[in-house]
Amino acid sequence: MRLTRRYHFAASHRLNTDALTPEENASLYGKCNNPFGHGHDYVLDVSVEGPVDASGQIVGREALDTLVEQQVLDRVDHRNLNCDLPELRDRVPTTENLASVIEDLLTRQWSLPARLARVRISETARNTFELETK
Amino acid sequence: MLLTRKAEFSASHVCRNPALSDAENQALYGVNANPHGHGHNYVLEVTIEGDPDPVTGMVFDLRQLKEIINAEVVDPMDHRFLNHEVPPFDRTVPTTENIAVEIWKRLHNRIELPNAHLKNVRLYETADLYVDYGGEA
Repeated sequence: MRLTRRYHFAASHRLNTDALTPEENASLYGKCNNPFGHGHDYVLDVSVEGPVDASGQIVGREALDTLVEQQVLDRVDHRNLNCDLPELRDRVPTTENLASVIEDLLTRQWSLPARLARVRISETARNTFELETK
Repeated sequence: MLLTRKAEFSASHVCRNPALSDAENQALYGVNANPHGHGHNYVLEVTIEGDPDPVTGMVFDLRQLKEIINAEVVDPMDHRFLNHEVPPFDRTVPTTENIAVEIWKRLHNRIELPNAHLKNVRLYETADLYVDYGGEA
């Protein structure tokens, strides 16, 4: 069985890579390349997978919430992803890269009986990125 | 092809194991263990997998599906206190996981055609929490 819990955080970012010229960055990332950055209300869905235990749960809600808050939300909520998240300093904070960083932050401290099955992030209601973990 | 039908029911529940102390229940279930219960607007998504029938063009008759979901889930559970009024939750803790398993048990024998079968039950307890169950052990 799979359980999915939804979390919300607000963060700013700017998409730009030193590997490209300013013109190329502007062309590639469009408005997301705006020098002063911009922000989103991200929606993060964390899915865990495993058998139902004697308590009738795959995972305790508070244990999952605490882990996600400590490992992810405390680091990203009301932050600038380019400046405040060391894991993204050398990577463009696209939502693809953010999903991968969040997967890593969670698995690094994962102590729950169920397995992390998927990380899904919506940058806006129109853009969603999913990462199935192995 | 997958076909999904949505249904809603509102119900109260309390997550407590009578074999455990108050403190243990609180540690395990948090606010869900508050003794007098609380309620949710549950949202159920029933997904059927199958091939469209060559004559009717349908994977499953939607009117029939609605009647099955109403008879098996919505009528018995809507505006009820699950622990007191809906077996097996007099003896099984009505976590979202266990409610999803019970809904699967109630539906899967009734959604079985040569061309279609029940694929997944998704149950939202709130907009921020849902489980998916596909009948696995």
